[in-house]
Amino acid sequence: MPHVEHGGADDGRDGVLGRAGLTATGLLVALLAPPAHPGTTAMAGAPPIVIPDTAARAAAPDTTGAVPGVPAPRPARGLVWKDVPDDAGRAVDLAWEASPDEGVAGRVDGYRLLRSESPGGPWTVVDSVAAGVTACRDESGSLQRDVAYFYRVDTRGPGGVTPAGSVTGPVLATSQWFNHTRWSVLVLTMLFFAFVLFFIQSAQGEGKKPFVRRIPGIDAIEEAIGRATEMGRPVLYVPGVQDIEDMQTVQSLIILESVAKTTARYETPLKVPVTYPIPFTIAQEMVKGGYLHAGRPEQYDPDSVTFVSPEQFAYVAAITGVMMRDKPAAHIFLGAFFAESLLLAEAGFESGAIQVAGTANADQLPFFVVACDYTLIGEELFAASAYLSGEPKLVGSLKGADLMKIAIILLVLAGCVLETFGQHGLTRWLATQ
Amino acid sequence: MKREIPLFVTAAVGLFMILSFFVPHQVVSVPADFLQQCAIIVVAFGIVLGGANLLRVNLEAVARRESGWPYKLVLVAGLIVTVVIGLVEGRDFQATGTRSTWIYDQVYSSMTAAMFALLAFYIASAAFRAFRIRTVEAALLAVAAFLVMMGRVPLGGVLTAGLPAPFRVESVAQWIMDVPQNAANRAILIGAALGVMATGLRVILGIERSYLSGED
Repeated sequence: MPHVEHGGADDGRDGVLGRAGLTATGLLVALLAPPAHPGTTAMAGAPPIVIPDTAARAAAPDTTGAVPGVPAPRPARGLVWKDVPDDAGRAVDLAWEASPDEGVAGRVDGYRLLRSESPGGPWTVVDSVAAGVTACRDESGSLQRDVAYFYRVDTRGPGGVTPAGSVTGPVLATSQWFNHTRWSVLVLTMLFFAFVLFFIQSAQGEGKKPFVRRIPGIDAIEEAIGRATEMGRPVLYVPGVQDIEDMQTVQSLIILESVAKTTARYETPLKVPVTYPIPFTIAQEMVKGGYLHAGRPEQYDPDSVTFVSPEQFAYVAAITGVMMRDKPAAHIFLGAFFAESLLLAEAGFESGAIQVAGTANADQLPFFVVACDYTLIGEELFAASAYLSGEPKLVGSLKGADLMKIAIILLVLAGCVLETFGQHGLTRWLATQ
Repeated sequence: MKREIPLFVTAAVGLFMILSFFVPHQVVSVPADFLQQCAIIVVAFGIVLGGANLLRVNLEAVARRESGWPYKLVLVAGLIVTVVIGLVEGRDFQATGTRSTWIYDQVYSSMTAAMFALLAFYIASAAFRAFRIRTVEAALLAVAAFLVMMGRVPLGGVLTAGLPAPFRVESVAQWIMDVPQNAANRAILIGAALGVMATGLRVILGIERSYLSGED
């Protein structure tokens, strides 16, 4: 797609118009632009197309509200564009040469980018930048892919607003079939999936459960439920404060079924306050399923799972209220937690309950470690369902994750060695957008 | 069929969403965006279920005069009053000067701030327990915490100003944060990320299917 510079009237000071395609910035962008992407401007050497319509009007400064006596800034020029690669056709990169008046103190405040579907307007402001900035990305929601647009840069100053002497276009934002910056993610994801599937297949074929080290935090869940049974008090299960799109919540709800199965076996009441509506309905199903699998469906209490509030501290207030009023003997906090982690764990500690916590939010782990009896750290939370179920297929997936960790360690070591010797290829390949 | 169809839908949508991470083209990105918008709509329906459960559970507790029933009554009254005022005020209920905004600013925000403020006291009591030196690990934790705290306050800098730059407490504190702390943090994150992916794969492939409930 050729870059079209709409040549128009000069501002009368530099006498150069329609040079955007020949500027240093233009050349740089043209050299950097991957030729494979349709819609990318070919700036250097592109013949300027002169459209004699509103050019003279476009170059006239708008001095409405200007400070008297201060001249309008001279216009920016050399506006060039480049379709943002590896995207869905929703962004365009723009760059221009600064106004010659930027060197004069107090003459230029900044620039504003305007877009139109025709070179004569009407123009819509899509972005504003401060003086000194000569590039921006138009990724406003109104930008549509495969629609020809024209862009103009205006220079703002105390003396008024001066439009550039030319407009640039037609500009097309196009989508691509593959995000090239994510090659490394694709390769590593495929490798990881291959490892997991291999070990799942092996475990299924042999029917033998692979060895998994003992995880005291998970073993402690049954101990905690046992203690609650002895004391004749309920078990409180908190599945985190995130919605179902957080995988920690998903994992917590999966573990909830095992916990419900155990409480059903021990005939101990279970309380599950939930933050969001979707996890609430799933939690109901999981608890019901747990009682069913334990062979005690009649013991299932539909009120054991309650919806509280998606608001973080309202949720905390409700749970600490349950801790103080109902005095559960065991608190199980598994899922995504943020600032409320210590509020919950410390309130639970003061109530004297046995506490088991687990989260993948590394920032919250110290609070749980301090205030809880057992803590599942990061990946242990995700291993819990496989560990509890003991199903060879599920445990096999843990083996796959372990092998991937070895691959990542080797990759990190290789990266350290290569970087030490000034080779940046691997680092660049791993960098993603 | 009761289980197969949900399993198929889960696998198809899951794989499609993974594909959308790598393929930005509109053929994939537009349906992927649509699916995400669908999820928002489903959540909106879910809030009705949640609200109904909240009302039922708390009204029953009030009717049975369970322990703490006055609090539940306040909760129910707060819920009803807030919803009714929001409905009466219509689409602009969040505008400045509305009753809904007043409830949010004067009641809800104050109570949230009060809950959050409790954190300061909880941190103090938790830190007191954490820094009791009973084992080698606890001793390491206490020493590291002491150095980091001293490195973050002006007093630490004044006390070690005479030492060479790398041995000043602020440099040591920064080193603890940048090297051992960061290394451990990243190890946890990498492990957790792999756990997330493994769980996702198990759900997509139907190996982990407990979310489909226990009824066959």
